[in-house]
Amino acid sequence: MRAELAKLSFEPGVAKPDPLLVVDGVTRAFGGLVAVHVEHLEIERGAITALIGPNGAGKSTLFNVVSGFDRADSGSWTFDGAPVTGRSAHRVARRGLVRTFQLTKTLSRLSVLENMLLAANGQRGERLGLALLPPVWLRQEREIKRRADELLDRFRLSRMRDEYAGTLSGGQRKLLEMARALMVRPTMVMLDEPMAGVNPALTQSLLSHITDLRDEGMTVCFVEHDMDVVMGISDWVVCMAEGEVVAEGPPHAVAKNPAVIDAYLGKQHDEPGTEPDHE
Amino acid sequence: MDWSVILSDAIRSGIGPVAAVYALAAIGLNLHFGYTGLLNFGQVAFMLVGAYGVAASVSTYGLPLWVGVLIGLGSSVLLALLLGLPTLRLRAEYLAIATIAAGEILRLFYRSSWAEPVTGGVFGLQRFATEFYDISPIPRDTYGFWLVRFTSRDLWALSVAWAVVLLATALIALLVHSPWGRVIRSIREDEDAVRSLGKSVYAYKMQSLVLGGVLGSMAGMMLAIQNQSVNPDSYDPVVTFFLYTILVLGGAGRVFGPIVGSILFWALLTFFDSALREAIAAGYISPDVISAPEVGAVRFALVGLGLMLLMIFRPQGLLGSRKEMLLDAR
Repeated sequence: MRAELAKLSFEPGVAKPDPLLVVDGVTRAFGGLVAVHVEHLEIERGAITALIGPNGAGKSTLFNVVSGFDRADSGSWTFDGAPVTGRSAHRVARRGLVRTFQLTKTLSRLSVLENMLLAANGQRGERLGLALLPPVWLRQEREIKRRADELLDRFRLSRMRDEYAGTLSGGQRKLLEMARALMVRPTMVMLDEPMAGVNPALTQSLLSHITDLRDEGMTVCFVEHDMDVVMGISDWVVCMAEGEVVAEGPPHAVAKNPAVIDAYLGKQHDEPGTEPDHE
Repeated sequence: MDWSVILSDAIRSGIGPVAAVYALAAIGLNLHFGYTGLLNFGQVAFMLVGAYGVAASVSTYGLPLWVGVLIGLGSSVLLALLLGLPTLRLRAEYLAIATIAAGEILRLFYRSSWAEPVTGGVFGLQRFATEFYDISPIPRDTYGFWLVRFTSRDLWALSVAWAVVLLATALIALLVHSPWGRVIRSIREDEDAVRSLGKSVYAYKMQSLVLGGVLGSMAGMMLAIQNQSVNPDSYDPVVTFFLYTILVLGGAGRVFGPIVGSILFWALLTFFDSALREAIAAGYISPDVISAPEVGAVRFALVGLGLMLLMIFRPQGLLGSRKEMLLDAR
């Protein structure tokens, strides 16, 4: 995977050998502020792509637009070959693109197990008519429970299985959210700052979970503004600044890219700025 | 001061037909507010369309009672769809505003002179439920236990009403413990999370609004049938606030919360009413402090005081879990 990606030219908007998510000409403005203006971006299937950039670069907005949580002003995007432009969030998720949130959204007054069970898709018992007939859905429910228990085990949350999710620590919530996303059986997970507010020990464990996902064939895209975290685990890094993609490439190449350094440290102007004209 | 009268009044009220009606309407509201997190401040509107569905069908158009019941149920479904379509995609507050407004608009519409040929306007409609009492299997007599007595007519009405309440409670118990219930409880917690996991939050909210509204309309029908009369002004917003009081008393998001809440609410209200009247009659309270006509207002103040004490010492309601309550506070 990395070898294939290394052969590409490290230009913003470069075409990938096997793109899963393709974004074209997406813009999103809030009033006069253009938060996102992405000409072209492809996310490679089966790889870990990090989306980096300083605060306000438009990473989360791009995430929101693509996952159906925000509208784009223009542009289109396809997921797994199908057009998903403007689809509502739940439709995008059903297609296999599942996201997590920067501020974790655990369902506090449901148990950890219930948080997991909720996420399984295609549940017969979720239909109002069939909900009243437990024999119709009990077997499926048992199967889903088994899968949930496996995932809880893998994310070391089994001990908290029957506790209210609201009693979990911040780090445990991040783990639960990741595990819960996997219950949907996604082809791609988008993690919005999975490491934010997590202690260093847990960061390591989260990172290893992310690489595990990739090794199982899942596509991972995550937002992070701390460059150091990104370097170790990403196969590909996309850097955004002021709403645009300014650099792409493998981690080592992006780290040295002057556009990225500019983005983080501020542009240096060789020529002094000209005075704006006044009447 | 005759304590047996006070106790008898309180118990009669707590297990009487009106308590059953309020319990049923509160069960619907519990589905909205307690489980789905929908802020419905117009549950009374569903009761109104249910009551008039029955009353106008029978009284104005001469249809059989059961057709009236179907029309009442149909109206409530229609009302839920009308309220939900524009507001359920928006933030929760919009539903609250739309429902409280809809309740008042409907009440004013039903009492308007324009609607009078159908609804009877300010005079309302009377005597449309004789069919209901004709099929009563209970022989004419008075029945009761200890200090409490009911006429056969009231006993029939309250038996049917409580039977419907128990059926509705069983329905809600089944639903909220199913995967469907898991989705609506999750929507109450955080609808974006539910959306991100591939569930159509809008569809679930709509189902919940319709179902809870239908239960509200059934409560309205039972109230109309018991009184053999409907009048638009008995469906004012205060009814919805009583329902919220009942819900908070019993514990929102608890299967038996509405039943416990309604029994307690009506028993307490009548207890204070009866006790104050007895105390004034016996001269324990000087008419200068509280006169008999003021009792009606003072009893509500006392229930309000009780509610405040409950909020301080048991904010989760009688059946609620304190642990769950504290999680909510973060």
